[in-house]
Amino acid sequence: MATLSFGGFLTFAGFLSRFWPSTITGLVLGAVYALVALGYTLVYGVLRLINFANSEVFMLSAFGSFLAIEVLNVPQRLTGGGDPVKTGWELIGILALCLVVSVVIGGLSAVVVERVAYRPLRQRNAPRLVFLISAIGASFAISEAVGEWGPQQRDEYALTKFFKKQQLFKVFGADVYNANVIVVVGAAVMALALVLFVSKSRVGRGIRAVAQDAETAKLMGVNVDRIILITFLVGGLMAGGAAFLYEIHTPFARYDVGFSIGIKAFTAAVLGGIGNVRGALLGGVLLGLIESWGSSLFGSDQNIGNVAAFVTLVLVLMVRPSGLLGESLGRSKA
Amino acid sequence: MQKSKIGRLAATTLALALVVASCGSDTKEPAGTTADSTASSTADTTGAAAGVKCDGVTIGFLGALSGDAGALGDNAANGAQIAIDEFNAANPDCKVSIDKQDSQGDPAQATPLATTLANNASIIALIGPVFSGESKATMPTFETAGLPVISPSATNAQLTTNGWKMFHRVLANDDKQGPGIVQLIKGTIKSAKVGVIDDASDYGKGLAVSVRAGLAELDIADATIDPKAADYSAAVTAMKDAGVDTVFYSGYYAEAAKLLAQLRDAGVTATFVSGDGALDEKFVTGAGAAADGAYITATASPPDVNVDFAKKYNAAYGDEPGLYSPEAYDATQIILAGIAAGKVTRADMAAFIEAYDAPGITKQLKFDVTGEPEGSAVFYTIVEAGKLVSKGLVP
Repeated sequence: MATLSFGGFLTFAGFLSRFWPSTITGLVLGAVYALVALGYTLVYGVLRLINFANSEVFMLSAFGSFLAIEVLNVPQRLTGGGDPVKTGWELIGILALCLVVSVVIGGLSAVVVERVAYRPLRQRNAPRLVFLISAIGASFAISEAVGEWGPQQRDEYALTKFFKKQQLFKVFGADVYNANVIVVVGAAVMALALVLFVSKSRVGRGIRAVAQDAETAKLMGVNVDRIILITFLVGGLMAGGAAFLYEIHTPFARYDVGFSIGIKAFTAAVLGGIGNVRGALLGGVLLGLIESWGSSLFGSDQNIGNVAAFVTLVLVLMVRPSGLLGESLGRSKA
Repeated sequence: MQKSKIGRLAATTLALALVVASCGSDTKEPAGTTADSTASSTADTTGAAAGVKCDGVTIGFLGALSGDAGALGDNAANGAQIAIDEFNAANPDCKVSIDKQDSQGDPAQATPLATTLANNASIIALIGPVFSGESKATMPTFETAGLPVISPSATNAQLTTNGWKMFHRVLANDDKQGPGIVQLIKGTIKSAKVGVIDDASDYGKGLAVSVRAGLAELDIADATIDPKAADYSAAVTAMKDAGVDTVFYSGYYAEAAKLLAQLRDAGVTATFVSGDGALDEKFVTGAGAAADGAYITATASPPDVNVDFAKKYNAAYGDEPGLYSPEAYDATQIILAGIAAGKVTRADMAAFIEAYDAPGITKQLKFDVTGEPEGSAVFYTIVEAGKLVSKGLVP
C-alpha cells in the first residue's frame, strides 16, 4: 500500500469489502443532506430564489443545540459527571428536548433571514439577481458573525461527552450504531411529516399555489407574504432538525460547518429537481450514497467521494436537465 | 484615508528630522513634540551609549491568526512579539514594530497580503509564512521584492528546492520529520500494522508520502480525508477493516481531534500518532478523553524547551508558550541582531541572515545555502491525562 497513485486502482476490492459500511455512512449523510435540501427546494419553489443562507441556518441550529445541551448541563445531570451512559426513555427524552431547541432556532433564524434579507427587496420589486447577492451576503454575515463573536470564535466547538455511540446490530457485517439509527429514523420521520404537510394541509396547499403562480394565488385570496414566511419557517425547521441529527453523528460544530453541508444539500436539491420536495429527498439520499461509495472506490479518499458526487450531478443533468424528478413544486404531487 | 496618509508622511519626515538631529548632537530636543519624541528624550537622559539607533524599521508577519488553525499563527506571532518587546525595551532609540497580516492559513488569502507586505518599504524582513501552502504561494512575491523571510513553521520539504534566495526556516523539514515518525512507530511503539491517513494538504500529503515510504510494508492501509468535511467514516472504516494497531494522521489539530474521536467511537483502539500540525492544546480539548495516549511528533521544539522563555511568555500572555513560539522568537532574534548591526535594508538583512551562526533557544541557528537549518532532530510528546507531556527526542 505504500506504493501510491497507480496502486490505488489495485484496491478496488476495498470498495466491495467496504460496500456495506459505506452504504450505512452514505445513508446517514444522505439523510442530513435531504433535510437541508428541503429548505433550498421549498424556498426555490415559492420565490425562485436560492436561499444560500440556509446553510447558516443549519450552522446556527448546530450551535443552538450544543448550547442547549451545555446550559441544561445534560451530561452531568444524567450521569453525575461520569461517563455519558444513557439509555432508554431518558435518552430519548433528552434528545427530543435538544431536537426541539435546535428546530426552534432553525425556524426562527430562517424567518429572521427572510424578514431582513429578502422581504425588503421583495417590497421594492428588486431584480432577482439582487436577491441572490443578498442571499450570499446574509450567508457570509451570519457565518462570520459566529466566527467573530460566537462561543468558540473560529475554533471547533466539541461536545464529545454528550452522546455515547453504541453498536446496535450488524448489516452484512457492517456495524450499525445507535447514532446511525437515530439520524436515519429521525430524518425519515421529519421528511414524512413535511411531505404530508405540503400535500395535505391547507397551508401546504397555499405553498403549492404560490409556487405554481404567485399572482393567481394572490387573486384567489392566498396571503403570499404569509405563505413565504411559513415556507422559510418550514425550511428552517428542517435545517434545524438536520443540524441536531448531524451533531449526534459528528459532535463538532464550527462557524463554517454549514458551508460544505449547504453546498451538498443544494446539489442534492438540483440533482432531484429543484422545487420538487420528493426530488430533494431522493437527491439527498443518492448524493450521500454516491459520495460515500465514491470515497472507497480507490482505496479510501474522501476527495474522490466529492468528485464522484459532482460527476454524477453533471451526468444526470446532461440527460435530465431539470433533475431526476423534474422541477415541479407547484404542479407536483408535493 | 487621506488624512492618515498625510499623518504618516508627517511622522516619517519628523522621524527623519530626529535622526539627522541626533546625528548632529545628542542634546537638542526638537520643537515639534509627538509620541516619537518621548522615546528620544528618554534616550537623551540615559546617554548616547544606551542601545542601538535606528528608525522606522518594521518586521512583517504573515500567517493564520484566525480560522481553523489560527492558534498556530498566534503562537508564532506572540513569540516574535516577545523578542521585539525585549529589543525595544533595551534599545529606546530603535523602536522596531511588527506588521501582522492574517492569512487564515489560506494560500488564496495570503497572496494579496504578501503583495501588501512586499510593497511596504519599511519592512526589511518577514517572520513567516506560517504554513507550507501559503509559503509556496507567496514566496515568488517575496523573492521578487528581495524581502528575506524566516519561517518559524513551514515544513514542506519542497520549499527549499525552488532556488529561492530569500527563504529560510528555523526548523527541520517534513523529510526529516518523516524518518523520525517512522523511527518512533518502529522503535518506540513497536507497531507492525500501520494505517496512514492524510488530509490532502501540501503539509499533510508531503509528510504522509515520506512516512509511507519509510514504513514500506508496515503500512497496510492508506486513506485521505477532506478536511472541509466533518465526517471521516470512510477513513475510519478503512482502518477498522485493515485491523491496524497504529494510525498515523498527517494533518492539522482540528481534523486530528475529530478523526480520533470518530476512530474511538467506532471501536478502533489503535495507537494514534500525529505530526506537528496536531501539537496543540486544542487537539486535546477537541478529542476529549480519546486523546489520552496519543503520540505527537514535531521537528519544532516542545514549548518548554527553554525555561526562561516560558517564564517570559507566561508573564506576557498568562499562558504557556505554544507550538512555534520558541522558533518564532529565534527567527525574530536573528532579524533583530541584524538591525542591531545596522542592517536596515532588505539586501543587507538578507546577507546578514545568510551568514548568521549563533545559538538560539531551540538550537544552533545557522542556515545552509538553501535556507534549511543545519542539523536537527525530532521531538515527541504523549498526551497523558489530558496534558501534553514532552518526552524529548525520538530515541
